[in-house]
Amino acid sequence: MDLIDIVNILAQTVRLATPLILACLAGLYSERAGIVDIGLEGKLLASAFTAATVAALTGSPWLALLAGIGGALLFSGVHGLASINFKGNQTISGVALNFLAAGLTTYLGTSWFKRGGFTPQLSADQRFGPLQLPFAAELRNVPIIGPIYSGLISGYSLITYFAILAVPITAWVLFRTRFGLRLRAVGENPKAIDTAGISVTLLRYQALIITAVLVGIGGAYLSIAAGAGFIPNMAAGRGYIALAALIFAKWKPWPALLVCLMFGFLDAVQLRLQGIKFPYIGEIPVQAIQVLPYILTVILLAGFIGRAVAPKAAGLPYTKER
Amino acid sequence: MINFNRHLAALAAGVAATAMIAGAALADPALLYDGGGKYDKGFNESAFNGATRWAQETGGTFGEIDLTGGDAQREQSLRQFAERGYSPILVPGFNWVSSLSTVAAEFPDTKFVIIDSFVDLPNVKSIEFKEQEGSYLVGVMAALASKTGTVGVIPAFNFELLEAFACGYKQGALSVNPQIKVLQNYVGTAFEAFNDVAKATEVANTQIDQGADVVFAVAGGAGNGVLQAAADRGVLSIGVDQNQNYMHPGSVLTSMQKKVDVATYEAFKSFSEGTFVADHTVLGVAEDGVGPAFDDNNASLITPEIKAAVDDATAKIISGEIKVHDFRSDKACPV
Repeated sequence: MDLIDIVNILAQTVRLATPLILACLAGLYSERAGIVDIGLEGKLLASAFTAATVAALTGSPWLALLAGIGGALLFSGVHGLASINFKGNQTISGVALNFLAAGLTTYLGTSWFKRGGFTPQLSADQRFGPLQLPFAAELRNVPIIGPIYSGLISGYSLITYFAILAVPITAWVLFRTRFGLRLRAVGENPKAIDTAGISVTLLRYQALIITAVLVGIGGAYLSIAAGAGFIPNMAAGRGYIALAALIFAKWKPWPALLVCLMFGFLDAVQLRLQGIKFPYIGEIPVQAIQVLPYILTVILLAGFIGRAVAPKAAGLPYTKER
Repeated sequence: MINFNRHLAALAAGVAATAMIAGAALADPALLYDGGGKYDKGFNESAFNGATRWAQETGGTFGEIDLTGGDAQREQSLRQFAERGYSPILVPGFNWVSSLSTVAAEFPDTKFVIIDSFVDLPNVKSIEFKEQEGSYLVGVMAALASKTGTVGVIPAFNFELLEAFACGYKQGALSVNPQIKVLQNYVGTAFEAFNDVAKATEVANTQIDQGADVVFAVAGGAGNGVLQAAADRGVLSIGVDQNQNYMHPGSVLTSMQKKVDVATYEAFKSFSEGTFVADHTVLGVAEDGVGPAFDDNNASLITPEIKAAVDDATAKIISGEIKVHDFRSDKACPV
């Protein structure tokens, strides 16, 4: 294993983590505002579908990205209506949205495109392909710096760079702005916010909009950056993993980034170790390798993380007392 | 009361219509699509194409239904079609096994056909494929097309049927070049792996990073990610089940086809000609049931050498000179 292998594995880590980071930050805004969002999976799916559909129809990745956000906004809107205005159970609303997304995307995809729920294959200019940063090609052969710059820093989709950038922005918004303070307060003690004359409903909707934007971009990543078209259920559980990562990270942005990268890294390592012969041990059965990320997660979660305390008002609809 | 009567009238009309359909459809064959739906660009659509070909050639008609309600509807629809007198009733895919076993036993005079699985009843014809033979041939092609001496195969997950593909592919590649390295990486651990395009892309990247310049996707829809990664990185890929050469012309070396349309066509034809036998057939290279796809999209990639080697191996498999090991026979791959 030399430098280039390590660079490849780390680059793969970042690519695998991108949708997780976006979905995890999305969940962070919503849960910090007191709205439990188990519907992240459904929003990923819905936005992946709308993005792929618009990309196929218009050929523009930017319009597709907007459509992805639009799809997630629609689902967030329903979630908000159910859990903020009608004070419904947030978990039930989220689960319902997950079912709706899985069924609706497959159904619409099948009836529109007649390809078993697949959307048409996208060409390179219809998606956010890998970007080459300046001098990446020229520097490739420079020892050490070359592979690191051209392999690890350059070469991702624009969405990946955005996902990484979203972490410091989130940290700043959450802990350094007035809006962030209010957002955290509404998730801990909405009554205090209400007493201060700020609308709980408005704040929670604002949080849900940010959630939709982030998770919408994450969904679009799946279908118009990592993939080239939508296929049914392509989110493959990432929404739930992002939720786990959020708890793991104790609802904080920087730890969220680390946890998502860790999930990505374990996955990348797992892929690389499949079928490799180890000295003295020989080839390890593939099932044992594939279970590694899960075992390590359990060990880390049980042994090192300690208590994760959710925002106090998360999951509780706010009722103004008269 | 008026409302009630109107409903009753509608109901009566509906019953009448159903009866008419049933009368007209006597002894027509029927096709019940599996989960992916009629237009899935895959298994189901292939069966539909085979049935359409039969209908065009014979002027016959066939009944069909696209299931929307998932597994709960299987048994019910199967029974409905049998009650209406359709025969043979063809169902594609292993998901049908349990409902077919129940319903076929209830209608001993109706003939049934299942593709890709085996149901042991006197009125059920089971059609399976020798995936290992077709995979052997694409393995031969991969080894000849590879410049690095490393090729890859990507099954969705560790599963008998998919292992049969991988094992046949390895045998084919090694027959051409005994030194060749065949990487095998799985997308995931369960059926959801068939949908995980993003992960499949990374699995392909892992193999390409390790020097593979031909990757064989055995992962259903997720295979699109493998083909995409290969096209992006400028290496070759091999599609599966259907002819996927069109997806990235010049990058998809070939596709390991399972000719469900041929199987459907033959089953319907044998019934209308009165030669239908409810047996267990396994279609291999000799029956043209499996094999690599050649068309305009991959013509530039197929050198005379590759073509000659495939023709040679095909002839030897048919004559029995080459015996491709089936992973499913002993749950192990000799290579």
